[in-house]
Amino acid sequence: MTTAPPAADRSPGPSEWQSAFDAAVAAEERIEPRDWMPDAYRATLVRQIAQHAHSEIIGMQPEANWITRAPSLRRKAILIAKVQDEAGHGLYLYSAAETLGVSRDELLDKLHAGTQRYSSIFNYPTLTWADVGAIGWLVDGAAITNQVPLCRCSYGPYARAMVRICKEESFHQRQGYELLLALSRGTEAQRAMAQDAVDRWWWPSLMMFGPPDDRSAHSAQSMAWKIKRHSNDELRQRFVDICVPQAASLGLTLPDPDLRWNEERGRHDFGAIDWEEFSQVLKGNGPCNEQRISQRRRAHEEGAWVREAASAHAAKRRARETAPTGRLPGSTTGRPADRTAAPKGAPAS
Amino acid sequence: MTPADTARSTDAATAPRLTGEGAAAALMLGDDALILSHRLAEWTGHAPALEEDVALANISLDLLGQARTLFSFVGDEDELAYLREERAFRNIQLVEQPNGDFAQTIARQLCFSLAQELRWTAILDSADCPTPIRELAAKAVKETAYHRDHATEWTLRLGDGTEESHARMRRGMAVMWRHTGELFAPVPGLPLDDAALREQWLTALRAVLAEATLDLPEGPDADAWAAGGGREGVHTEPFGFLLAEMQHLHRSHPGATW
Repeated sequence: MTTAPPAADRSPGPSEWQSAFDAAVAAEERIEPRDWMPDAYRATLVRQIAQHAHSEIIGMQPEANWITRAPSLRRKAILIAKVQDEAGHGLYLYSAAETLGVSRDELLDKLHAGTQRYSSIFNYPTLTWADVGAIGWLVDGAAITNQVPLCRCSYGPYARAMVRICKEESFHQRQGYELLLALSRGTEAQRAMAQDAVDRWWWPSLMMFGPPDDRSAHSAQSMAWKIKRHSNDELRQRFVDICVPQAASLGLTLPDPDLRWNEERGRHDFGAIDWEEFSQVLKGNGPCNEQRISQRRRAHEEGAWVREAASAHAAKRRARETAPTGRLPGSTTGRPADRTAAPKGAPAS
Repeated sequence: MTPADTARSTDAATAPRLTGEGAAAALMLGDDALILSHRLAEWTGHAPALEEDVALANISLDLLGQARTLFSFVGDEDELAYLREERAFRNIQLVEQPNGDFAQTIARQLCFSLAQELRWTAILDSADCPTPIRELAAKAVKETAYHRDHATEWTLRLGDGTEESHARMRRGMAVMWRHTGELFAPVPGLPLDDAALREQWLTALRAVLAEATLDLPEGPDADAWAAGGGREGVHTEPFGFLLAEMQHLHRSHPGATW
């Protein structure tokens, strides 16, 4: 879309702007940051991308939990690299959100204040080493099922970020599967550890697709805008169908007595999900809600002096560069410190 | 990735083996890298900015890679990492020091990476050092240059940032400084001019600190007595807790494959 009016005008535009937007979405064109877009479309994207970014950085916690206890150096290296990837995904996604006119700091404040969400799956604890594998196989597997269609999302920056993220996520999922396979072929204790982890993570993973279609608050509009491509229930069904044969190859059981192949539908039937648990965890009553958000707040607050130092130092450098004598008192430059820019001076990978 | 556990990668299986002093040297440098990697990885999810979660994890991974290669010259990497008792570890005490605040971590990193870069470079230039270690040095020296650059940049930001960051960076250097005395203790099997390396290190460190509006703390620089003993397996109290956490799971399942 190159013919749209400037993004600065976000008031409900003349109908031709809306028509141009609708036509672009219908024609599967990408909406770009400078294009006109309805306020509600922008707000939906900010909410979704922020939630996704927050999920990446909160999701670092349950796995980082096991870095210092990883049982082999090879597994330790894989796990550090994985958690590092998640921090990287957080960075891409906050950048994608910034193209919509919000800053990373603003979004983090909302996360810390509890007014924006992250995936409720991360409110469950990682109790054993096998949980690291179960998260890779099931949680990353569910995330991929959700995210692959987002690579075709109508909003360009989000779609492009998702292409890169999905590649890395599928690698993580294979690593998780392989970790569980090693356990399932290992000692009796290792095998029991793997089964226990799958027992605990299976149902919360199914909840990751969100409430059933008839109870999903945002689904219909997001589908119309082509932010979302498939319904929650459809994606959940796909995930179940993918997992059943994988569980069999792992030699592990999925904890659902009602799970069976339905010849007629050509898909698996599965048992009822405990939506009361989902709703309670979403409300903040999960086993780790308090712990996760507290750790995030603490890291942010304890890092404040570091970010301030980076900004102050950057301002001093700029002042020296622009001063004819090469020296100016550092703190009196009058140029506002750029909080998000400062740490970017650090090499990122 | 193959389904079977490939923990003993083909690299490790075919790695050259060192014995005697060469093995002792590989173990000392490997332990330094392993333990500092572990400390840096503790930051993951707790760093002051997402960029630092990424950067510290990255440095941690480089060091873990160096440790694994060095261990492969000596024996089984997991036996070496997980089944030795505290007194058998040969790392210097500096790398086992708790992270403290971000300034202390940066101070530790600055002291170590400056020294490590000088040592890798010297190893690379010395035909008397064991060939496998020299081959690793060719790769490690590039990684370490990045680690040094990262620590230098942060020392400048913190030292010449705000009043608070300046005070914290000064304190960070003071906390870590007492453990720098053994950075250039001679390593058997690596016939290097350690005294000259130490002089170069001091010069480089002084330059960074001066630009960061900080001074070199007093102590080992004035040839004062310094704590040490890591190379002989004498460690500081926090190290036992680090090993307890690191080794617990592996030791709970004797003989298991992961």
